[in-house]
Amino acid sequence: MSSRKSKSNSLIHTECLSQVQRILRERFCRQSPHSNLFGVQVQYKHLSELLKRTALHGESNSVLIIGPRGSGKTMLINHALKELMEIEEVSENVLQVHLNGLLQINDKIALKEITRQLNLENVVGDKVFGSFAENLSFLLEALKKGDRTSSCPVIFILDEFDLFAHHKNQTLLYNLFDISQSAQTPIAVIGLTCRLDILELLEKRVKSRFSHRQIHLMNSFGFPQYVKIFKEQLSLPAEFPDKVFAEKWNENVQYLSEDRSVQEVLRKHFNISKNLRSLHMLLMLALNRVTASHPFMTAVDLMEASQLCSMDSKANIVHGLSVLEICLIIAMKHLNDIYEEEPFNFQMVYNEFQKFVQRKAHSVYNFEKPVVMKAFEHLQQLEFIKPMERTSGNSQREYQLMKLLLDNTQIMNALQKYPNCPTDVRQWATSSLSWL
Amino acid sequence: MAHYPTRLKTRKTYSWVGRPLLDRKLHYQTYREMCVKTEGCSTEIHIQIGQFVLIEGDDDENPYVAKLLELFEDDSDPPPKKRARVQWFVRFCEVPACKQHLLGRKPGAQEIFWYDYPACDSNINAETIIGLVRVIPLAPKDVVPTNLKNEKTLFVKLSWNEKKFRPLSSELFAELNKPQESAAKCQKPVRAKSKSAESPSWTPAEHVAKRIESRHSASKSRQTPTHPLTPRARKRLELGSNPQMSQQTSCASLDSPGRIKRKVAFSEITSPSKRSQPDKLQTLSLALKAPEKTRETGLSYTEDDKKASSEHRIILRTRIPASKTTDIREERTLTPISGGQRSSVVPSVILKPENIKKRDAKEAKAQNEATSTPHRIRRKSSVLTMNRIRQQLRFLGNSKSDQEEKEILPASEISDSSSDEEEASTPPLPRRAPRTVSRNLRSSLKSSLHTPTKVPKKSLKPRMPRGATPQIRSRSLAAQEPASVLEEARLRLHVSAVPESLPCREQEFQDIYNFVESKLLDHTGGCMYISGVPGTGKTATVHEVIRCLQQAAQANDVPPFQYIEVNGMKLTEPHQVYVQILQKLTGQKATANHAAELLAKQFCTRGSPQETTVLLVDELDLLWTHKQDIMYNLFDWPTHKEARLVVLTIANTMDLPERIMMNRVSSRLGLTRMCFQPYTYSQLQQILRSRLKHLKAFEDDAIQLVARKVAALSGDARRCLDICRRATEICEFSQQKPDSPGLVTIAHSMEAVDEMFSSSYITAIKNSSVLEQSFLRAILAEFRRSGLEEATFQQIYSQHVALCRMEGLPYPTMSETMAVCSHLGSCRLLLVEPSRNDLLLRVRLNVSQDDVLYALKDE
Repeated sequence: MSSRKSKSNSLIHTECLSQVQRILRERFCRQSPHSNLFGVQVQYKHLSELLKRTALHGESNSVLIIGPRGSGKTMLINHALKELMEIEEVSENVLQVHLNGLLQINDKIALKEITRQLNLENVVGDKVFGSFAENLSFLLEALKKGDRTSSCPVIFILDEFDLFAHHKNQTLLYNLFDISQSAQTPIAVIGLTCRLDILELLEKRVKSRFSHRQIHLMNSFGFPQYVKIFKEQLSLPAEFPDKVFAEKWNENVQYLSEDRSVQEVLRKHFNISKNLRSLHMLLMLALNRVTASHPFMTAVDLMEASQLCSMDSKANIVHGLSVLEICLIIAMKHLNDIYEEEPFNFQMVYNEFQKFVQRKAHSVYNFEKPVVMKAFEHLQQLEFIKPMERTSGNSQREYQLMKLLLDNTQIMNALQKYPNCPTDVRQWATSSLSWL
Repeated sequence: MAHYPTRLKTRKTYSWVGRPLLDRKLHYQTYREMCVKTEGCSTEIHIQIGQFVLIEGDDDENPYVAKLLELFEDDSDPPPKKRARVQWFVRFCEVPACKQHLLGRKPGAQEIFWYDYPACDSNINAETIIGLVRVIPLAPKDVVPTNLKNEKTLFVKLSWNEKKFRPLSSELFAELNKPQESAAKCQKPVRAKSKSAESPSWTPAEHVAKRIESRHSASKSRQTPTHPLTPRARKRLELGSNPQMSQQTSCASLDSPGRIKRKVAFSEITSPSKRSQPDKLQTLSLALKAPEKTRETGLSYTEDDKKASSEHRIILRTRIPASKTTDIREERTLTPISGGQRSSVVPSVILKPENIKKRDAKEAKAQNEATSTPHRIRRKSSVLTMNRIRQQLRFLGNSKSDQEEKEILPASEISDSSSDEEEASTPPLPRRAPRTVSRNLRSSLKSSLHTPTKVPKKSLKPRMPRGATPQIRSRSLAAQEPASVLEEARLRLHVSAVPESLPCREQEFQDIYNFVESKLLDHTGGCMYISGVPGTGKTATVHEVIRCLQQAAQANDVPPFQYIEVNGMKLTEPHQVYVQILQKLTGQKATANHAAELLAKQFCTRGSPQETTVLLVDELDLLWTHKQDIMYNLFDWPTHKEARLVVLTIANTMDLPERIMMNRVSSRLGLTRMCFQPYTYSQLQQILRSRLKHLKAFEDDAIQLVARKVAALSGDARRCLDICRRATEICEFSQQKPDSPGLVTIAHSMEAVDEMFSSSYITAIKNSSVLEQSFLRAILAEFRRSGLEEATFQQIYSQHVALCRMEGLPYPTMSETMAVCSHLGSCRLLLVEPSRNDLLLRVRLNVSQDDVLYALKDE
């Protein structure tokens, strides 16, 4: 009886949990405009007022939203646009053009994209997609036709704005800003970028045409707020179907946020980066550990997730190397110590390795030179070592100069965790003179 | 009413009284008072601002009435001119006849109307002022006095805005009442003088005759003659038309415009007496057309006119000294004579177009209404003649369908312009009233008199180009207009809001204007190079010059020219410039190479272009190619004698010709250079003030602060405007109550300046995470250790680990540190190599070390 009850109970849990995971994953992966804004109310007001003026008064504007990655630039503009479009008289009257510097890698593509998003290609049939020059004059003509009061305002959103600044002559930016500063179709140019030196990238005449409005997003919150964000991100919404479960879940989240070890984990994360995306990553990993038998997140889940996040990727690879490869790395480390970071070649490493093998004569370590060479090449493929110059076919590979991309401390740490490491190898690693 | 002597009968001298007041925005000096001395007469009239004056018009008996608002001297052109700005009044006879019935009552003989029509040009030559007059405003209840005791008193009760009569608003009423005392003071000598100069011939009857004439035209704009041949008109920033002034210059030697007008009118009336033969219909219609034209545009230099005027001058001359009674008789006899000739033409002259229209609609009653005027003579004669013209027209036009008439309409206009080129090129100088309707009707009348066979279809050419021009779709809901003072200020401060004139660039404007104008007048070509940092008004000034020149070309002051503009930044590659020029010049489309050939042919072969081409090349530096063939061509074409090409080039750098051009290119560019200096702080201040004129949105100090800050940094006017715009926003945000009109204070503009100019690096560092901050510290420590400004990641990492150990932070793994490093690199706090170098990537600070230390210290 009881087992059946628990079975049905767990069945409910499974259903609920899959729903919870769907909701939360959506939240972590997508910058949905439904999530709340944290500490950017002033910037938000500035931006939304600006957009409203363009939409309602037909005033042309240009603005840059600057902030490090993960500081919520896209979320801010999405929020503002969503709010703007909810105004009745605006929704019909505003055109939006979304461009991304990673997609529109030159002005030609960007112009085509603008024409497409403005639905202008229908006007003249296929003629629009003629040459680049025709496209440009076509678009400029189209935008010049309008005026403040009668034309539909266009909002240009340029994601990765700094990449547009690398286009030839900055033609697109010049023209957009020029329109925004002349009595043509009202447009708002909104650039999103993470570069603080963005204005230095603009050419002087482009810069002069830009209005110099900048909205900075700086992640300027402190740790208590970070914990609050953590809580908000993890709690379930009120409209969750299973009220009882949601209540339980939220209680658990509240308990977690007060837990000492959880706070420690969060503090560590906060110290590394205030980026909310890294928090999302942490929560996502923790969420994956939640199962029907383990329906609520615990501090341990978070700690393990945190460990996963802060793992040293190179040390992990070192763990998977063969003993011969470890030996080669140790030999390189000694060479580095001796020659003070000077580059080395295979022959030197081989000699160093040979010295060790001869001293500690052990049949296991006695490899043929081609075998050692193979191991050396494997290390190169794993990018533990990096050739100083480009590999050219005719040069002898034994004498190509290399550099080690591992730090001494990294090697020592990895060795300590290396399973079944021979003691003499470990001794050799600590001191190149240990064979004496 | 008095007969006011015009300055042609007695020569007058005009002089300023008192010292010039503060300079207005340009070279103007304003005065408060003007003195008019009449030759051979000891009296002087002192005219002050705010008084009502009579201004020389087309007929001497009904000079224009206006209130003097401003007196100033325009010394932009060598002989300084005395100018005045006035508020016009209209007499009832100046109201278009079709609208006269709107008054709904009989107008008082001395009633005038406040002319509430902003489009009317209020800038006049001060030397057309005849004398003072007394204007008494009447409250809406008052009755306009009809007794004519004081002839020099006029009454104003209503305002007229070309649409309807309205009672004067209360504040206007008060304003008009104010200057009466001063006006009354000055009136005595005037009256004495005018009496002495008064011609004895003036009679009410003659006045009636005048009135009939003046009613022929719907508005004065048609009467005001302009001189088509004034060689060098004013070259001010506002080349606003001024009928009075040009009239004066043109007619000084010939005759008074009013006289010409009158002659014409009489010639019309009497001309039919010459022809009693009906077979000369064609010549008759020509004779009719000419005077009509003169009325329309005020050009009285056609042959017909001269003939007519010489013929009938005698009549006029004799008329003037005639006694009262004879005059009436003459007037009366004149009209019946003309009517008795039974010509179809005569009445059409007397008739107003509106009447014709109604006649066309066969509304006899309405016609009677329209002609109902206080004067019986007029009515009688006009009704008579109208009936006649109606018969005539029925006879002539019965066979024609309405559609035909419509087609003829433009045709007749074409034939007009061919017979009189000057008319075609005369700009419409509206003193009053849009006049399209009446004009069309008039021409329809003319065309009905024409033989319908010679109908060139030119004007029916389709205007739409083949390819539809693209356009952003228009908004369904109208844009909101500014509601508050701050919003209005923001609108005016937007860079796109082009001011009517560009303050602080007068000298540059003048130089460019002179350059282009001289090339236009000489029919030669030339190049000019204009340089200056961004935002100093280069392009705006050139646009202004072109606009003024186009106006001047319309006024026939300079030969007509074609204007083409290309912008290097709006081209995808330099050779496209040929395509664009060719397309704008001829409308042809061609590939770049072909376009270059065509253009070379156009400019370098003999006799192809008829008019000069002015080419503006903006952002010249982008037209640089390795062979520099584009620049070479652009500067080479104007050197050809036949090309008649003026090239104005704009770029940012002063030494562009020396730096990037080959010798043969820069040599062709010549030495006509001009440099726009960055605006100084006072200039920026003036720009802002001129934009915010009459708008109390900014504290003076706030403007000054912005101007000084911008002048110190760049002198870029755009920046200045943007900051002020931002300041209004900040002011608006900071206000709690939206309805209280707040001023933008220093604090607001300070905030705006900080927002735009302050570097964000320090705040970025302050807001970065703990690990990022300690990484920056590690960089500083490594720099200090090595003494270099650059370090590899590996070196910094070891420092970082040590630092973390000291500060009790958990051991940072390599991956974490690398993430931190690349994060800082993406913000450009650090300059890092591409990450494929991994440990060996070199790191540099993008901020000064002091800044980093400062930012980290505050923690």
